[in-house]
Amino acid sequence: MATQSQAQFYSSLKKYYSFYTGGFIAFVIFVAILEQLGVPNKILGYIFLAATVLLYAGIGVMARTADISEYYVAGRRVPALFNGMATGADWMSAASFIGMAGTLYLSGYDGLAFVLGWTGGYCLVALLLAPYLRKFGQFTIPDFLGARYGGNIPRSIGVFAAILCSFTYVIAQIYGVGLITSRFTGLEFGIGVFAGLGGILVCSFLGGMRAVTWTQVAQYIILIVAYMIPVVWLSVKQTGNPVPQIAYGYVLEKVTAREKVLNDPTTIDGAREAEVRAIFKQRQEAAEGKLKALETGGATYLAEEKGKLVQVATDLKANPDADPKAIEAADKAAADYPADAAAAKKAWTAAAGAAKAKTAPIAAHAEPFAGKDEATRNNKRKNFLALVLCLMVGTAALPHILMRYYTTPSVKEARKSVFWSLFFIFLLYFTAPALAVLAKFDVYTLLVGSNFSDLPGWVNAWAAVDKTLMSITDINKDGIVQLAEITIGGDLIVLATPEIAGLPYVITGLVAAGGLAAALSTADGLLLTIANALSHDVYYKMINPHAATTRRLNISKGLLLIVAVFAAYVTSLKPGDILFLVGAAFSLAASAFFPALALGVFWKRANKWGAILGMSGGLGTCMYYMYMTYPFFGVNAPLWWDINPISGGLFGMSVGFAGVIIGSLLTAAPAKDIQELVDHVRYPNLEGDIRTEAA
Amino acid sequence: MQLTEKHKQYWQKNLRLTGILLVIWFVVTFVIGWFARDLESFTIIGFPFSFYMGAQGSLIIYVLIIWYYAHAMNKLDIEYGVHEGDE
Repeated sequence: MATQSQAQFYSSLKKYYSFYTGGFIAFVIFVAILEQLGVPNKILGYIFLAATVLLYAGIGVMARTADISEYYVAGRRVPALFNGMATGADWMSAASFIGMAGTLYLSGYDGLAFVLGWTGGYCLVALLLAPYLRKFGQFTIPDFLGARYGGNIPRSIGVFAAILCSFTYVIAQIYGVGLITSRFTGLEFGIGVFAGLGGILVCSFLGGMRAVTWTQVAQYIILIVAYMIPVVWLSVKQTGNPVPQIAYGYVLEKVTAREKVLNDPTTIDGAREAEVRAIFKQRQEAAEGKLKALETGGATYLAEEKGKLVQVATDLKANPDADPKAIEAADKAAADYPADAAAAKKAWTAAAGAAKAKTAPIAAHAEPFAGKDEATRNNKRKNFLALVLCLMVGTAALPHILMRYYTTPSVKEARKSVFWSLFFIFLLYFTAPALAVLAKFDVYTLLVGSNFSDLPGWVNAWAAVDKTLMSITDINKDGIVQLAEITIGGDLIVLATPEIAGLPYVITGLVAAGGLAAALSTADGLLLTIANALSHDVYYKMINPHAATTRRLNISKGLLLIVAVFAAYVTSLKPGDILFLVGAAFSLAASAFFPALALGVFWKRANKWGAILGMSGGLGTCMYYMYMTYPFFGVNAPLWWDINPISGGLFGMSVGFAGVIIGSLLTAAPAKDIQELVDHVRYPNLEGDIRTEAA
Repeated sequence: MQLTEKHKQYWQKNLRLTGILLVIWFVVTFVIGWFARDLESFTIIGFPFSFYMGAQGSLIIYVLIIWYYAHAMNKLDIEYGVHEGDE
């Protein structure tokens, strides 16, 4: 392939991937035929997951390499279009593929912060970073920091920050891999994590960035096909229009009208909703009453209450006519009674919270920052915009994404490549809000008001799999489903769409394969970033600059393996909340990298001490804020200006910018060769230019 | 490596373009976001305006910003003779 020109390479790539897409569609049709022949669903799930992972492994093996430049930056010959697809897959994680539509379903307009933040960030990548990093043209983001600011300290902070945010993010991905594998194959979660890990490693182990790039292109194609098919189908079913992104405006109007009816107690449906909400209100009050009694009565109160329950059970047993079921229930109630004050407090607080969530009227889907008073609304608006900013700036600072722009053949291609990246990402992100509304329409009109005796099949099927995804109970015992009686977990929306739309199981398998592709591709990019930061920046640049090529590659691969296993181990412990982990990674990256990277290109005066102060100050501030305010850590300090911990990057970034500027102005201007380096990255081609590209 | 007047002009033009596009990006994201509650009342192809912008309109503008930047800069490179040689 080395003798091929770039144009030939590009046209053969187009040919390969067209064949590949055709082959994949043929494969889906083949599985559909198997389904018609009566092959059980579980087997179909296995076939789908196994076939796609084998496919990635095949590409990974074919793209193996022993060349440094191929291993780190795919030989710098990935055409803009394909780099765009690879970036799309690298970018869109399990959270985007499975979680996004669900978040939008649950929070309506306010969920759009993720849609805006995860797309608009590419404007910053395109305008402020990608072309300049490409001109610089080495291997990692710490490489740029090391060269631009000089010395090992900025590079080391860069390495630390790259590992910290990539590791936080990769945990969320491996979690997604484990979830999908375990749900669709029936393996235990922990085993699912390690099985998925095998899938991740086969893509990247032998061929580094080169293998990851070409598998990511393949994964993008699968994930976008898998995402679109059920949504288009649902749209045709509901509106007759095959373009869901246009059609759902009309559906949204109907959803809004339906919300009004359900919130209006003078209508029949509205009155039923009000009845269920009133019951939840009673439950909330009952739980709160018990909490209050516990506070005053303490252990004595608990013992008394438990004694009453035991007494009920004893009385029943003494009565020869008692119903055995009633006895059993009374025994269970006594046995389940919280053992001590701490357990009681926890159980009742949770019960009160869960009931309270159900007492509020239905929030309007399209209404921005809904709240009971002006202060709540303003607070929501402030946090919405802060989150959007953190996600955007974080996008323009996550090393695994920026690194992808090192792989294009030229600055010109890098600029075009950002366009293709966002275009391919946009395809999914402007579909997710449509999916949320279409699914909501089905739930509000078909499910609500139907009889408990004939619920749709998917409701029972998912309720059986996982109560947090779907649970439905007849609270007011009228035999009819009310909206307040349904609890839906966000992840259900994408996973159950094929069934809601009445599609055959093969499409469910396809969606699972798409989710797996999204999680695997992102995990690969992240693991590679971590391993490269350790092997290239720490080992080669700081410890042993004379290391031979084979040694560098072996160290890289060894580290990849160690990091992957360690990440899988941490994941199997199920730490924290996925959405928070993802958000935290963005805030951390935004605080640590963005000020030093952007000012490094646009402000010649920025120097080493400024970078050190800005990066460590920004990262430190963000970490401190999250530690102090995120409930998981148990400190629960008061918030600063009511900003949620997930948006801690807002403070980190501000400190970061201030640090770079103040630190630079207090110390001497950077040396002449550094200033020349800045000119060098600003112009795609200069006469008598220095060379920084690593080959 | 000495920068000529022409080179400096190229960089100024780049900065101006970058600045203008960033202003558009900012308005579309943060100004419309700030006034989202006030812009709800009128509709565009059936959507309330602020919802449409958050779910679709802003995204399309982002894609266009990046496309325009790539297009304009690749042209500017040639105009100022700082483009890379073709392979």
